[in-house]
Amino acid sequence: MKSPPESLDPTQPAKRGFRMTRRRMVLGGSLIGGAMVVGYTATHPMEVGGAILSGGGPDPEPSAFGSYIRIASDGFVTIVNRQQELGQGIHAGLAAIVAEELDADWDRVKVIDSRSNFRTYGPQGSVGSRSISSNWDLMRNAGAAARSMFVDAAALLWRVPRRLIDVRDGVVSHPGSNRSATFAELLADASRQAPPQQPMLKQTKDYRLIGTDRVRRKDSVPKSTGAQVYTQDVQRPDLLVAMVAHSPRFGGKLARFDPSDARKVKGVIDVFAIETGVAVVAQNSFAARKGRDALRVEWDDSEAEKRSTPDLFRYYHDLAAGRGDVSPSDFAMKGDKPEAPFSGDIFEFAFDFPYLAHAPMETLDCVAAVNGWDVSITSGAHLPIVDQVQAALTARTTPGRVDLEVIPAGGSFGRRGVMSADYVVECVRIAKRTNGRPVKMIWTREDEMMAGYFRPMSHHRLWVQMGHDGFPRRWRVHSVCQPLVPVGPNSQAVEGIEGSPYFSTASTVDGKIFSPSFAVPPSFWRSVGHSHTSFVMEHIIDQLARRAGRDPAAYRRTFYEKAGDKRRLAVLETLCRRSGWGEPMEAGWARGLAIHETYGTLVGQVAELRLDRGKPVVRRVVAVTDCGIAVSPNQIAAQMEGGIGFGLSAALSGSMTLKDGIVQETNFDTYPILRMNEMPAVETHIIASTNRPTGMGEPGVPPIAPAVANALLALTGNPTRSLPLAQASTISNAPGDPA
Amino acid sequence: MPYQLAVNGRTHRIDEDGQTPLLWVLRDTLRLTGTKYGCGIAQCGACTIHVDGQPMRSCSLSLETAAGSQIVTIEAVEGPEAAAVRAAWVKRDVPQCGFCQSGQIMSAVALLRSNGAPTDDDIDRAMSGNICRCATYNRIRAAIHDAAQSSTSQAKTA
Amino acid sequence: MSWRHGFRSARPRRRRLRIGCVPLLAIIVAAVVLIAAIALWPRALPQPESIAATPPRSDVAQLRPVASFASIGDPETRSLALFTEAGRVIQHPRCMNCHPRDDRPTQTDAMRPHVPWVSRGPDDAGEPTLRCSTCHHAANFDASGVPGNPKWKLAPIEMAWQGKSLGEICRQMLDPARSHMDRAALLHHMTEDELVGWAWHPGGKRSPAPGTQAEFGALIKAWLESGARCPA
Repeated sequence: MKSPPESLDPTQPAKRGFRMTRRRMVLGGSLIGGAMVVGYTATHPMEVGGAILSGGGPDPEPSAFGSYIRIASDGFVTIVNRQQELGQGIHAGLAAIVAEELDADWDRVKVIDSRSNFRTYGPQGSVGSRSISSNWDLMRNAGAAARSMFVDAAALLWRVPRRLIDVRDGVVSHPGSNRSATFAELLADASRQAPPQQPMLKQTKDYRLIGTDRVRRKDSVPKSTGAQVYTQDVQRPDLLVAMVAHSPRFGGKLARFDPSDARKVKGVIDVFAIETGVAVVAQNSFAARKGRDALRVEWDDSEAEKRSTPDLFRYYHDLAAGRGDVSPSDFAMKGDKPEAPFSGDIFEFAFDFPYLAHAPMETLDCVAAVNGWDVSITSGAHLPIVDQVQAALTARTTPGRVDLEVIPAGGSFGRRGVMSADYVVECVRIAKRTNGRPVKMIWTREDEMMAGYFRPMSHHRLWVQMGHDGFPRRWRVHSVCQPLVPVGPNSQAVEGIEGSPYFSTASTVDGKIFSPSFAVPPSFWRSVGHSHTSFVMEHIIDQLARRAGRDPAAYRRTFYEKAGDKRRLAVLETLCRRSGWGEPMEAGWARGLAIHETYGTLVGQVAELRLDRGKPVVRRVVAVTDCGIAVSPNQIAAQMEGGIGFGLSAALSGSMTLKDGIVQETNFDTYPILRMNEMPAVETHIIASTNRPTGMGEPGVPPIAPAVANALLALTGNPTRSLPLAQASTISNAPGDPA
Repeated sequence: MPYQLAVNGRTHRIDEDGQTPLLWVLRDTLRLTGTKYGCGIAQCGACTIHVDGQPMRSCSLSLETAAGSQIVTIEAVEGPEAAAVRAAWVKRDVPQCGFCQSGQIMSAVALLRSNGAPTDDDIDRAMSGNICRCATYNRIRAAIHDAAQSSTSQAKTA
Repeated sequence: MSWRHGFRSARPRRRRLRIGCVPLLAIIVAAVVLIAAIALWPRALPQPESIAATPPRSDVAQLRPVASFASIGDPETRSLALFTEAGRVIQHPRCMNCHPRDDRPTQTDAMRPHVPWVSRGPDDAGEPTLRCSTCHHAANFDASGVPGNPKWKLAPIEMAWQGKSLGEICRQMLDPARSHMDRAALLHHMTEDELVGWAWHPGGKRSPAPGTQAEFGALIKAWLESGARCPA
């Protein structure tokens, strides 16, 4: 659990200087996940280690204005995005921060994505919704330094004091003498100025761009005309297309294969075994597909996972009850008597959450070429640093010889950023066998859904001992969840439970994490552990409020007051006001509320719900967020809408199940995604703040499922013990909503 | 036997298996990559094109069946509705990852051509075959309403 | 001095080392390398070999031939038996899926609601911009697994079968007001209609209706000729 963001004065130059800031950022949450790396620091040994590991890759073209800003002779400012554009609009957010401090003309700002380059940009990756927060100082300083160079140039040219020079929308002016010049006109002079070590940053109140609706995406035109190039669309001379036949079971190995029929398919060039299956290399995508369909393959399942989902849940329940083969680790201790028995008024809660696939619209794909020691990759990467290192290890070269061109991805939600870089490694393995010809590896939707790296299934069992005042005195938590990182504590399993404000009335809290390991690979999925822990805490609170005869909002207020959590109180207050909480609704409708903090950002949501022939229908969600300074309110709203749609899709019908070890949901017909007719209206309200910005990519997801379950509880009196809510609807023959 | 395929106003000679999905002919042979592969089984709508003016899923349409029809892809969809839809998409900043948007736009243009003032219910019925994993649905809906208004007002002034 | 140079030369003095993250990050990096090393360690890969093709299994359900009902003397009982046998086709998911009780078809052998969310529209062939023909064409298409037929559309709502007993379906079929067919047309529909015939050639992993269309047609014909009795 993160502490609330420091309330730094954003007007102060970064305390430890520009260089330090950069490092602080690059070594921050980038490498492994905001969930894991609590706090950040810059350390000499890591820089050395990182440099050995990742070397670099080709350096960007030099610019007088640093690694992140290029200004062309026409005055257009190009900002280099060191993060990855996965749909979250980070390119615009970072550009706006630079443009604000630079006082550039927003309409003459462009953004390009950087290649993966450790020397220049540090270890790159987009994790923990930190892309704005971790680049905040860096981008402000970069913009302010460049601005200062233009001011210096104008001061020299016009022989006027710096402090009398103004910059606005890409025009430098000296109002006293009515002189002005554009960035283009001053470019040569400005390029010769020395950048300041500690550029002066603007005060929040002076922002002209940040926080306004002028901050909009720069990619809406290419993404509305079909012009945006994704990995799937990459063309190269001599490009080959590859598909791979994978084991249908996790942990299954290739036993035998017969490529003779596949080789007969027109367009198929080569068929060979790789570590993860059988690769079919062809002249085009459909030939590769037909070739793969024509393969005869036998798998060795002796070490494969063969259990079914109900078996796994039974196993998890046994673990939580202390009847399993996994020894737990302790967490979230509060108080000193964890061994004393519970007594008095005790409630027990148990929750089951399914595996979930990310299912980004663009399936996994990668373009790679291996020429001797050199590897070149084009990918909609999510963790470029990891991809680069893994690709180098696969090709037996150094990361510095891996040129990773990062292009926008057709969604990721975590899938393109797994620690094993599974699909990148697979593509490089194939490219090693094509004599230097570039290979575009495409996974079908079925490949993507059957390959795992799911949001792990989990089971949480909690015991709450109540006081006479209707508030918990004691909590015990047993959580079962596969670890996402092979080392360190399995903190993702309980992020969002650990340090919960709802522990504020309790004197004792103790918890155990059971971390089973088996062949189904889990991974980070938009909002990670919060995607299930938010449900646990927020749905329990509504059940406790109900038992105590309290209004859920008023009940929460007591916890937040006790915890001294002013931010949560403000979110709750705004949420109640904006959603009409407590006001009567039409018959058959109910509201549900949830508030959850994800990676420093607080989000509260109220869902309005009815049942249509047993199926929940959500018509409207009112959302409130405190995410510090709102860089782009428009894109914050977009992420809130998207997060709600993503979370609601999972809550209503998202579930990946195994039967005898084989994934049963292989495409959108069996893993239904929320569609237009199911999307609720969303209202987003942003709490005004002068705190450092926090992220918005993930925090919109966690509250929606418990908000819906809490509305169901209010409507029917029935609590929800497992997700998805509509599991049965896929097999029933119930008529749908006629509307 | 080669097929004559009319795409975006040009006729191409395609010497491929007639059972090849049109999607891959467009993407790999004609390099019209604005039409996307998302599911391959006509579930997601990312590969939507216009065939003789009707929106269709190119992953589920064989080259053999498509030959002889007028095919239009996202790269060349034109007319007042298309212009209005594109403008509304940009004005609303509809796309996030953007991967589904070619298909969304092709469906939206077809909707507006058949219904100049669609209601929310009309939009649900026309657009529910297009999945957006980023859930940009509300902006898509708003942009369709915007586009309907702007093409109606255009028609009135014309 | 170039920016880059200035950038680099301005090394701040060594900061206080915050213990905690160093080992953590180092462990993580080490873990990545270790996992990769294990995962990427070269191992012998199988070489191509010849494997005999396994013929696809087909479990085709059969229909009882009309002749086997000849032993039933009572025409009414025989007629009922014939229709009950034909009911195995009528109530098969291949037929029922397109005779829904409302505006939405169902699909698969489990008869789940059609995904995506579609509705019959004004002519039972879809909404103007989400027609059946958006995805379904004149023939089953193996590459996408999407079934097809030149006449692909829903049965009119008056011919809804889902949620009805076989007897109710039977009486509905015989009622021209609801089936829009006299008995000759009904026989023709069952025996000759190519969309009905699709049920025996559904393609993909869909299980076909039992028997053949000709056998089914013969059952319907014999049923009509034996008095067209309906189950209760």
